[in-house]
Amino acid sequence: MTTRSFGHQSFEVMPTVLDIHDVTVAYHRKPVLWDIDLVIERPQLAAVVGPNGAGKSTLIKAVLGLVPMASGRVQVFDQPVARQRKRIGYVPQRESVDWDFPVSVLDVVLMGTYGRLGWIRRPGKAERERARECLAKVGLVSYERQQIGQLSGGQQQRVFLARALAQEADIYFMDEPMAGVDAATERMIFQVLSDLRKAGKSIIAVHHDLRTVPQYFDYVVLLNVRLVAAGPCDQVFTPANLRKTYGGRLALLDTVGEVLEAGPR
Amino acid sequence: MMLKYNTLIVLAGVSLLGASAGMVGSFAVLRKRALTGDALAHAALPGLCIAFLILRERNVAAMLLGALATGVAGIMIISALRRWTRVREDAAIGSVLTVFFGSGIVLSKYIQNLSNIGSRAGLESYIFGKTAGMTRGDVYLIVVAGLLGLAAVALLYKEFLSISFDSEFARSLGWPVYLLDLLLMSLVALAVVIGLPAVGVVLISALLIMPGAAARFWTDRLGTLLVLSGIFGFAVGLVGTWLSASLDQLPAGPIIVLSGTTLFVASLLFGKQRGVLARWIDQRRFETMLGLRQLLRIAWEHQAEGPRAASPFSSADLLVRKTWTERRAKRLLATAQSAGLVRPVATGTDLFELTPSGRDEALAATRGHRLWEAFLAEYPDQANSTANLASLSIEDYVPTAVVQQLTAQLQAAGRWPVDGERSERRRESLAERERRS
Repeated sequence: MTTRSFGHQSFEVMPTVLDIHDVTVAYHRKPVLWDIDLVIERPQLAAVVGPNGAGKSTLIKAVLGLVPMASGRVQVFDQPVARQRKRIGYVPQRESVDWDFPVSVLDVVLMGTYGRLGWIRRPGKAERERARECLAKVGLVSYERQQIGQLSGGQQQRVFLARALAQEADIYFMDEPMAGVDAATERMIFQVLSDLRKAGKSIIAVHHDLRTVPQYFDYVVLLNVRLVAAGPCDQVFTPANLRKTYGGRLALLDTVGEVLEAGPR
Repeated sequence: MMLKYNTLIVLAGVSLLGASAGMVGSFAVLRKRALTGDALAHAALPGLCIAFLILRERNVAAMLLGALATGVAGIMIISALRRWTRVREDAAIGSVLTVFFGSGIVLSKYIQNLSNIGSRAGLESYIFGKTAGMTRGDVYLIVVAGLLGLAAVALLYKEFLSISFDSEFARSLGWPVYLLDLLLMSLVALAVVIGLPAVGVVLISALLIMPGAAARFWTDRLGTLLVLSGIFGFAVGLVGTWLSASLDQLPAGPIIVLSGTTLFVASLLFGKQRGVLARWIDQRRFETMLGLRQLLRIAWEHQAEGPRAASPFSSADLLVRKTWTERRAKRLLATAQSAGLVRPVATGTDLFELTPSGRDEALAATRGHRLWEAFLAEYPDQANSTANLASLSIEDYVPTAVVQQLTAQLQAAGRWPVDGERSERRRESLAERERRS
């Protein structure tokens, strides 16, 4: 909550969740993100959607400061990201790490508590309890001692989700949290996300499956290098906008057409 | 053999160096910086020579500082090449390593040819290592730097773990990953430089890499791995130095590396967690387990469901269903028999039937098999992410609701195995009890 004053009065104002202004990211001069302006005022369960190469992951990485921006600035809860690290949770793509690494499931989830611990201090009993609670939320309690490489893809995805939960953040950025998981796991992950949302948190998730967007998310960001549209699903997730995002890829548009004919939710 | 006091001190020093290099090196390997460490060591040679040329005398501290300077310059060039150019990392490491080492060799030959001071530099001992010539001062330096390395790893365990496992996540937490990388490489540099007099520039990286690589065969846990690599490094340093001290003519570096190799090969073969032998035994056990399960299922289908229900089965019946060799079928039957799952209907015949406990196991195996089958048919897109066909209990991998749905589906199709004989027996015993009461 920030206090703003107008004249003699001061108001408690809910901070703006995410404010992306004029962001451009380029790799070797080729723009990956072009002039993105995106403001998410209130907490949302938001999907970032767009074709391959649209810059969805890059958008998340740019917000988190993991890729250099050619221009622009990003604010989270009215402050630069660097000052809000403890309020930000992150779920990277599963392929981004070496699953052969000699750590257990619980070790990975404990990494979520590192940000709050600060330098040198080791996670103790309280952190382990916290990590176990998070594992319970994704249904992996009985796996805590396993080496992470022994898990299936869907379980690895859930370990990453549990690690993010252990961060106890207010806004979560997730890079395809439902990639390569079965339908039941997908529902479970969605349940976790929707519980977070009910607890007043924000989730910005790259999502690959257009068919489930209106079912799972209440806000959508349509991206294809530039920002096509962003807003509540029922206003923004329209055939016209999807056509603008995906161009003339007919096979895909057919699917989308079916989805939209079936009606939202 | 009596060891001289000086030898004892050198032994202690090199062992500590081994422990420290082993632990620091483990992190370097996990961070995929092992080759960078090797490049650093090779790049140290010109620095040694330049320091000697400037001072014109064998001042160990100054020469090690020189080594540190060019070594660090070498890895900074690698890092710059990776960052600012499109040269790939392996190419950058290879070029820096060879260019620096080449110029180091040229300089050292030049020094050796200097008639007045050349022989005094003792540069050859920095190339392949020589523990015999080490002074007590060298050892104290090792002790201080070695303890520093150990302390840093102990204190920054969590930080090094997070940059090695998932550096992007570490950056999202706000950790200064670049700085931590630099610190890790500085620790590597420190271990390399203090190890130079004993092990030499060519082979010091083995002391960084081998203990951790050997320890990986014994454990899946980072904490254990670090402690083990410390112990391994200590042992390698100890044995290598002792051998090279007893065999006077041999340079210490290669001997230390060979002791490390022995340890590595032994771990590769016999390591409890990932050793070749352990994996082989594990694989055999797994195959037997799978085979038994298939045998039980076939037996079940034969005995409880087939047209010739309740009749015993022979190994020939198994071979009709499975492409096993006759020998394998017989061996599996023998295993099943000794586990009390099947028994021959009469001694000496090739006809078997399930024992009561075998019936239970067979029922479970058949259920498990059909559930997985139904799951794969129903959710083909999820096969590779969820299915663990080695596991009998699908419940561990698939949510209960899905299992119930699949069970209902199998029941509807009449493919859900039930132990009819057993329920009949139970019904009879219940009826019996009722009659009595």
